[in-house]
Amino acid sequence: MSTERLRKYGFVAGFLVVPLTLYLVFVISPYIQAFQLALTSWNGYQRNPTYVGLANFGKLFDDEVFWQAIRNHAVILLVLPLLTIAFALFFAFLLNLGGGSRGAGMRGVWGSTFYKVVFFAPQVLAVAVVGVLWKAIFRPDESGVVNGALIKMGLDPVGWLTEPSLALWSLLAVMIWQAVGFYVVLFSAGMAAIPRDYFEAAALDGAGRFRLFFSITLPLLRDTIQVGWVYLGIAAFDCFALIQVLSVDAGGPDGATTVLPVEIYKTAFSYNKVGYASAMGVALFFLTITFAVLTLRVSRREKIEL
Amino acid sequence: MTNPGEITRRQMLRRIGLTALVAGPGAGLLSACATGGGAEPAASASASASISSLVSAANPLGVDAKKPLEVVIFSGGLGDAYATGVHQPLYTKAHAGVQIKHVGTQNIGTQLRPRFLSGDVPDVVNNSGPEALDLAALAAEGHLADLTPLWDAPSVDDPGKKVRDTITPAALENAKLNGQDLVLNYIVSHRALWYDSKFFADKGWTLPATWEEFKALGETAKKEGIALFAFPGQKGPYYQLWNMLYTAAKIGGNQVIIDIDNLVDNAWKSEAVKASVTAWLEVQTAFGDKSYLGLDHTQTQIKHLQHKVLFYPCGSWLENEMVKDKPKDFEYAIAPIPSVTAADKMPYGAIQVGVGENFIVAAKGKNPQGGLAYLRLMLSKEGAKGFTEKTKNLTVVNGAAEGLDLTPGLVSAAKAQDAAGQNIITDARFEGWYKELFDYAWQQQNTLMAGRMTVEEYLDKVQKKADDIKADSSIAKQTRNA
Repeated sequence: MSTERLRKYGFVAGFLVVPLTLYLVFVISPYIQAFQLALTSWNGYQRNPTYVGLANFGKLFDDEVFWQAIRNHAVILLVLPLLTIAFALFFAFLLNLGGGSRGAGMRGVWGSTFYKVVFFAPQVLAVAVVGVLWKAIFRPDESGVVNGALIKMGLDPVGWLTEPSLALWSLLAVMIWQAVGFYVVLFSAGMAAIPRDYFEAAALDGAGRFRLFFSITLPLLRDTIQVGWVYLGIAAFDCFALIQVLSVDAGGPDGATTVLPVEIYKTAFSYNKVGYASAMGVALFFLTITFAVLTLRVSRREKIEL
Repeated sequence: MTNPGEITRRQMLRRIGLTALVAGPGAGLLSACATGGGAEPAASASASASISSLVSAANPLGVDAKKPLEVVIFSGGLGDAYATGVHQPLYTKAHAGVQIKHVGTQNIGTQLRPRFLSGDVPDVVNNSGPEALDLAALAAEGHLADLTPLWDAPSVDDPGKKVRDTITPAALENAKLNGQDLVLNYIVSHRALWYDSKFFADKGWTLPATWEEFKALGETAKKEGIALFAFPGQKGPYYQLWNMLYTAAKIGGNQVIIDIDNLVDNAWKSEAVKASVTAWLEVQTAFGDKSYLGLDHTQTQIKHLQHKVLFYPCGSWLENEMVKDKPKDFEYAIAPIPSVTAADKMPYGAIQVGVGENFIVAAKGKNPQGGLAYLRLMLSKEGAKGFTEKTKNLTVVNGAAEGLDLTPGLVSAAKAQDAAGQNIITDARFEGWYKELFDYAWQQQNTLMAGRMTVEEYLDKVQKKADDIKADSSIAKQTRNA
């Protein structure tokens, strides 16, 4: 290697060494450690963990709670991105283009700047605040926002979070409510990047709003939507905080709302089975990676030139 | 509130102190066999040589005042003012010039687990709260100091007496992990059904002593729109699990709970547990309100204060917890669980009296002697009295509440304990030993009480979980004799 090349790489490496070290220590090494711990029966207190091989993974396969969590992930993975993106697209279209063309360009429905703020508001709230807020809304007795109204109308109150058949859907409603604002903003930015003349030309040719949306907006937003889909998919593998705060007995009733992060937390920190919890973490890691790779592969396509 | 002919408050408190918990079975025997098994004999031998030079009548545990002391307190329902305002000043007064580092936290486990692993441990820990450390696991690693020197040290108030003779025997009994004395349980609490005695008096209702009377009262209350009982399903459903277990103990004796703790085969399927669960499910179906399954303990306790619930299963911390929301005319009182069958092993008056709120001294800390001395000062009358004043909770120290102006709820609890005499329901210890089983039992109980499961299904499921725990070699097992 010539001295010049060495100097060049040394220069670059000099800049990279600090961030790279930090990344290795705080991101990569915990991952490796989790893989290592997944092979032990460590309880979080022993100085020397006992290695048990793949026994934890064997246990995982027989663990009804684990499969319940996987099933819930599957439901969330299907519903959360689909509905969030559908709502966000609909709102973003209304806010940016739904007002039709008036004068020079396309515009949103009346008051759209105000609605943008309203949509985005849930995004800036802390999860704990969201939890408390929705707890009040879902409260099962007459003090609940929804049930109070139902009882006043002479109807039976609904156990939004206490009925196993409803609980996951109630939580999904909150997740979607919280996520929509961000994607409205994301898609608004995407729509702003679409040249206005396309819309104007189509509008002059007599295209209605539906036609504008399905024939122009949607195809040209494809990349943005794909990014949103991956984000939401990964979010579907988390949802720890919301479920921890909002659901009855953290993932209940009857495990109807439990997800892997909630089970990992319980297993590691309440039951001191760190080794077993790490095995769950490893399973979650592979699930997330598989999902991201699949999504990007399946939805890969030639970019449309504008 | 004292009627003529009734014992005076002072007499009563003396009785709490002196005769309380004599029922703690076999306590006298146990106190004799507690010998320590130190973790590192070499280290403790050299340490004890330097300690002995410091030992004096004023300093029986040989505290080196030059060594600082670190105290970590769980600042939950009890706060941590009792430590900074009462116990730590006592320590600095006893050992002039000593430095105390106080840490109040709500996250005991998150903060301390890494410190125990790395070896930088605090000296005294109040282990409590949702993230409490696993004491059995810590004990297995030799992290908990043997409390035998503390039990055998002379009491602060009467040098003629040992500390072990000044506290309730249940505290000595509950100190044990793997047969060693490692944990100080500092408070005494009473668990049963709580109600408003004034409200009962106004209505002319009397406490139900049998299950039939209980249900009859349920009918009466129902007509006024009051639920007979409720437990919070969202946060605190284990109150009802305790309730079911204590009822089972009333029916079949304390052995029912001891068997469950010891993971005896089919312990959950005993006739007593079955009868208890069946009886409570029947009450829930007839008089309960499903909406409580979605409420937390505070919301439920507010409804109790609003007379929407007649009886609430809880412990004697309840009154202090609700002090801010309590209407003036609401008077907390304790009621024993009504007898389920005519052939119950324990009489109607039996209640659960337990010790709790764990304090430990780190064996591998910098100042274990200081830690033991700190606990000794906590077990002095002054330390215990100060604690009761700050937290409205009674301690395990005999007679320490004497002369204090206690709240009606505490007085009622003391009276109930007096009436129970020897008939004290034991505490279920699998809650601390096998938390997974405990959590599973109350989660399934929520399902049962919501009407989605039969009693048989419930008992089968919980028994299976207990069997799984028993078969899992990675979980350290504990046993109890009484």
